[in-house]
Amino acid sequence: MFTVLRNELIAPRLHRILVLAPRIATARQAGQFVMVRASEGEERIPLTIGDADSAQGTITLFVQAIGAGTQKIVSLQPGSSLQDVAGPLGMPTEIETWGRVVCVGGGVGTAVLYPMAKALAAAGNSVTTIIGGRTKSLIILADELAEFCQAVRITTDDGSAGTKGFVTSELKSLIEAPDSRPSTVFAVGPVPMMRAVTELTRSYAIPTVVSLNPIMIDGTGMCGGCRVQIGGEAKFACVDGPEFDGHLVDFEGLAKRLRMYEKHEEACRLSGN
Amino acid sequence: MPTTLSSKQRLSIQRIQMPTQDAQPRSRNFKEVNLGLSQAAAIAEAQRCLLCRGRNCVAGCPVGVSIPEFIGALAEGDIPAAADILQQDNALPAVCGRVCPQETQCEAKCLRGIKGEPVAIGYLERFVADWSLTHSADLTSPVLRPASGKRVAVVGCGPSGLTLAGELVGKGHEITIFEALHDTGGVLRYGIPEFRLPKEIIDVEVERLVARGVKIECNVIIGKTLTLAELQQEFDAVYLGNGAGLPVLLDIPGENLSGVYAANEYLTRVNLMGAGQRADCATPIIQGKRVAVIGGGNTAMDCVRIARRLGADSAMIVYRREEDQMPARVEEIHHAQEEGVEFVMLAAPLEVVGDENDWVAALRCQKMVLGEADESGRRRPVALAGETFLLETDVVINALGTRANPLLTATAPELKLNQWGNILANEDGSTTLPGVFAGGDIVRGGATVILAMGDGKRAAASIDAYLQGLPSRLQKTG
Ligand SMILES: Cc1cc2nc3c(=O)[nH]c(=O)nc-3n(C[C@H](O)[C@H](O)[C@H](O)COP(=O)(O)OP(=O)(O)OC[C@H]3O[C@@H](n4cnc5c(N)ncnc54)[C@H](O)[C@@H]3O)c2cc1C
Ligand SMILES: Cc1cc2nc3c(=O)[nH]c(=O)nc-3n(C[C@H](O)[C@H](O)[C@H](O)COP(=O)(O)OP(=O)(O)OC[C@H]3O[C@@H](n4cnc5c(N)ncnc54)[C@H](O)[C@@H]3O)c2cc1C
Ligand code: SF4
Ligand code: SF4
Ligand code: FES
Repeated sequence: MFTVLRNELIAPRLHRILVLAPRIATARQAGQFVMVRASEGEERIPLTIGDADSAQGTITLFVQAIGAGTQKIVSLQPGSSLQDVAGPLGMPTEIETWGRVVCVGGGVGTAVLYPMAKALAAAGNSVTTIIGGRTKSLIILADELAEFCQAVRITTDDGSAGTKGFVTSELKSLIEAPDSRPSTVFAVGPVPMMRAVTELTRSYAIPTVVSLNPIMIDGTGMCGGCRVQIGGEAKFACVDGPEFDGHLVDFEGLAKRLRMYEKHEEACRLSGN
Repeated sequence: MPTTLSSKQRLSIQRIQMPTQDAQPRSRNFKEVNLGLSQAAAIAEAQRCLLCRGRNCVAGCPVGVSIPEFIGALAEGDIPAAADILQQDNALPAVCGRVCPQETQCEAKCLRGIKGEPVAIGYLERFVADWSLTHSADLTSPVLRPASGKRVAVVGCGPSGLTLAGELVGKGHEITIFEALHDTGGVLRYGIPEFRLPKEIIDVEVERLVARGVKIECNVIIGKTLTLAELQQEFDAVYLGNGAGLPVLLDIPGENLSGVYAANEYLTRVNLMGAGQRADCATPIIQGKRVAVIGGGNTAMDCVRIARRLGADSAMIVYRREEDQMPARVEEIHHAQEEGVEFVMLAAPLEVVGDENDWVAALRCQKMVLGEADESGRRRPVALAGETFLLETDVVINALGTRANPLLTATAPELKLNQWGNILANEDGSTTLPGVFAGGDIVRGGATVILAMGDGKRAAASIDAYLQGLPSRLQKTG
């Protein structure tokens, strides 16, 4: 059992949860995730380790309640416990000193991006982050990212915060200005967003790392459910990723596999809410 | 009380039939198919045994269960004595009695099988073991050695690790099992379905070990949460029983269409997570109407029988050889047939064909014929040029097999592996790293429960000897 020490709502449906998990806190590197079950009978939910404090033995999770499984996790009060937390899983982010990097986060992807951006900044990169969302309330972690980023730019579809428009137009303007052109781009978010970012950077030949979120069961390479096509080759996102060279990812295939349980999940969402 | 029978009397008894749930209702439920023998039937079957001096049957059992002895006691009606004998030789008899391929092991060697039907050793083992599960007070408790102060880490809570833990805790060592998943049992829980091996049996066996002092820590992935090097520092010896759970992909076009599963995913969703078994289950599963399962082993048979139970009108095995060449247990093949499973033989999948929404619509197969025998003595299937056909289907399950998962071994480069990624281990379980032992599927590749247990038993003896040669950790630090 893994005790929940804190649980705060930091944006609509987005919770920051502090969990006691000493071994994971010690072993974890940026880019890795855990598999979480709130209680017996629940699904195993993959969640990025947002932050860790090995001295305190704690990890931070940013959890967006979107379906039954995540709803159950965010409903846990401090003092209660998560039944299972297994990890750290996946390969860590390859942290190098690239110089200028741009991190692009969309929706809850920003939570996945946060530890990557933090580690990149700590390694001496100059990090500019672009956060996108449909509307102001869905822009998350802007203040937290501002603590170590050179700049944080915000875009919303409806213009209720930051620039009206998509993250790609903001990214394009950074790329086209010679003094802000990144040497590497990191993008995490919904599939269409990551795809649009990689299309854009491809035309400028800027290396781009994306973090993929296929459906996972075990997270240890056992089930084969998280397979994605990378450069025409089948890879398991949970052990070979979740980060990959964005220019090699078959986003079309990923999007389709993510929709496999759409009908079932609608049922879960209706009954779970 | 039965009196001693003459050989002639013994020979005149017919082999018992295992009572089963009727095929029609059982093909729609997850309750156990085999119902078990009554006491009278078990004793009658035991009386068929000739108690041969040569003990041929014992040579057929990978752990050398004292078959004539336990059956002899049972034939006399002395079930507690039979149970005592069995528990000394086999840590998980209720499991083995159900899932061992007896027809190629103990029963294959039974003398009575030469002229007729072998003694139903597996059924008798199951009978005695099931009796023990509910009569633990009547069993002689094993003599425990005093605490040795030595600590052993076991990686993986499958049959191999569980057997080793049971052996070593009895020798006074402190045992901690680390398991990557959230529950115990390995393939016994996530792979083999409830209708063949009720989970309750695994629970009871695991509880018994815990009661004897074995510590089990789930959610710990060695190679990720802790490294092998860390275990070596903290423990006096380490046993690697992490199995071979990495799916082999089909590697044909259409493998990523919606509705295509690797067997492990399908099995895990249903067996470990409860999909399709409990109405309130959070885990979804695609319940196909026409399900094609590729392969001919136990895994394929389990998947196809689950597909029937989840409501498939047509559940098919697609195999590139013929029925009598399938590696699955004979009983499972028969049960599958009774349950209405269809067998599409001499067919090799070429492509999964999708519909306009990229869901599975059909499996395009190559027709095969049997050619010359290969190294294994089985006739090799060869393609019939130009002969392909379409099998209409909405779910495809790949049960081609599994390989060693590199998650742990990738982080322990000093550990020597073979070309397939299996750990190289000697007969006694020792590896190229001192104090590190290995066994079960991670060494053998996909094998059987009883072979994995046999490895655990042998490695336990080696580890015990190894530990006795070491100064106690208490002395070292004290
Ligand atoms: C490596 C990885 C890291 C992730 N990190 C985070 C994180 O830090 N914070 C966070 O809030 N979310 C994260 N996610 C996404 C999170 O796992 C899913 O939101 C969650 O599994 C949905 O489960 P549910 O039962 O609440 O919703 P469901 O009702 O099951 O699904 C709702 C929607 O989410 C999609 N979905 C279902 N299962 C998954 C899955 N396993 N992965 C991705 N999408 C899924 C469905 O297609 C559906 O559209 C991560 C996913 C992966 C693979
Ligand atoms: C569907 C199916 C049906 C089968 N049917 C039969 C049958 O009828 N009869 C028969 O004899 N055999 C059968 N087998 C084969 C048999 O189940 C295996 O040979 C046996 O389970 C191997 O035991 P093991 O202990 O070596 O490994 P496993 O049972 O695979 O257990 C290994 C355990 O280690 C854990 N693990 C893996 N990596 C790590 C890590 N890094 N850290 C911590 N833990 C880890 C795994 O999660 C797992 O729990 C079947 C196999 C399958 C898949
Ligand atoms: S353990 Fe398996 S092989 Fe050995 S006697 Fe029992 S059923 Fe036969
Ligand atoms: S070989 Fe057959 S008949 Fe002889 S002892 Fe073994 S089980 Fe009994
Ligand atoms: S989640 Fe099972 S293999 Fe990746």
